[in-house]
Amino acid sequence: MSFDQILGLITGILFGFLLQKGRVLRFDKQVGAMLLQDMTILKFMLSAILVGMVGIQLLASFGIIALSHKAMNIGAVLAGGALFGCGWAVMGFCPGTSIGALGEGRWHAVFAIAGMVVGAAVYAELYPIFKSTVLAWKDFGKIGVVEVLGISPWLIIPVFFTGIIWLFVWFERKNL
Amino acid sequence: MRLKTEDGGWSPYLAGALVGVLAIISVYATTQWMGKTHYLGASTTFVRAAGLLERTVFPDRVAANEYFTKEKVRVDWQFMLVLGIFFGALIASTTDKSFKLESVPPTWEERFGPSIGKRGAAAFFGGIVAMLGARMADGCPSGHGLSGMMQLSVSSFIALVMFFGTGVIVAGFVYRRRAS
Repeated sequence: MSFDQILGLITGILFGFLLQKGRVLRFDKQVGAMLLQDMTILKFMLSAILVGMVGIQLLASFGIIALSHKAMNIGAVLAGGALFGCGWAVMGFCPGTSIGALGEGRWHAVFAIAGMVVGAAVYAELYPIFKSTVLAWKDFGKIGVVEVLGISPWLIIPVFFTGIIWLFVWFERKNL
Repeated sequence: MRLKTEDGGWSPYLAGALVGVLAIISVYATTQWMGKTHYLGASTTFVRAAGLLERTVFPDRVAANEYFTKEKVRVDWQFMLVLGIFFGALIASTTDKSFKLESVPPTWEERFGPSIGKRGAAAFFGGIVAMLGARMADGCPSGHGLSGMMQLSVSSFIALVMFFGTGVIVAGFVYRRRAS
């Protein structure tokens, strides 16, 4: 194994450990969130985002790391996002959690994983068609909220924090 | 706020915050040691896995495919990260006794019964649709949902709203019994 692969493996083991401890790998938790009955996965994701955002924006503002935005290709994000949501609801896993679910014994995740591997192969076959249609509508490029709004991330982050903490308080009050 | 859940898990706030710390360390470590900043993600690995499998049967087809060429079919950092998720979950669940062999998820069984074939077929086709979407949007709840949001990417805000919004609508149709 190369150094890159070992680093990836260690990071993945820690990631999988935390996903499992947070109990977010389960089908029931994912579907529970989509039925607006159990917000465990949203609490987990938003907590990760709040903490990660501060560190990553700090590292980026000192030029230690480079930000790498995914392209704001309007057709791709809207159509792809909607397709993903449809499949996610039926499958009850996302790509990362399906692998983790398998690790905690939920072996039925193999069907979801097999479907996703086939889906990736289908996407590769259809890529030329998508490229000339849905991906060709309008691409705004790799843009960040900071550049679009033209204000410092250190003004955006407190607003974001306030909104999310308010949401957390509401979740706890409603026992979600 | 409790730090442990009834079944011995950790508070999702705590486990999530630790994933935030992991994400920060990971971008720093990859930048320092691999020379390029890598962000947590998962769905591109499914493309590489598909390419590796397809290559064993149709090597020319994979070599000639534009998308496989673009995403580079190889076992890279992210591929190992996704494999690592399996082992991490295995270690966490076996050490706190939450590991459980399950053939049909409880919520699914309640709505559609204990048939493994029915569950398997739905998960398989759901998986195809979800992966088409994730590749089109260029990310999944890891790449867009976590890494993109941490970077304050415009596309990730919209993708996450689409993922969850559509998921809520479709899940409502699929799992809610009509009140009749």
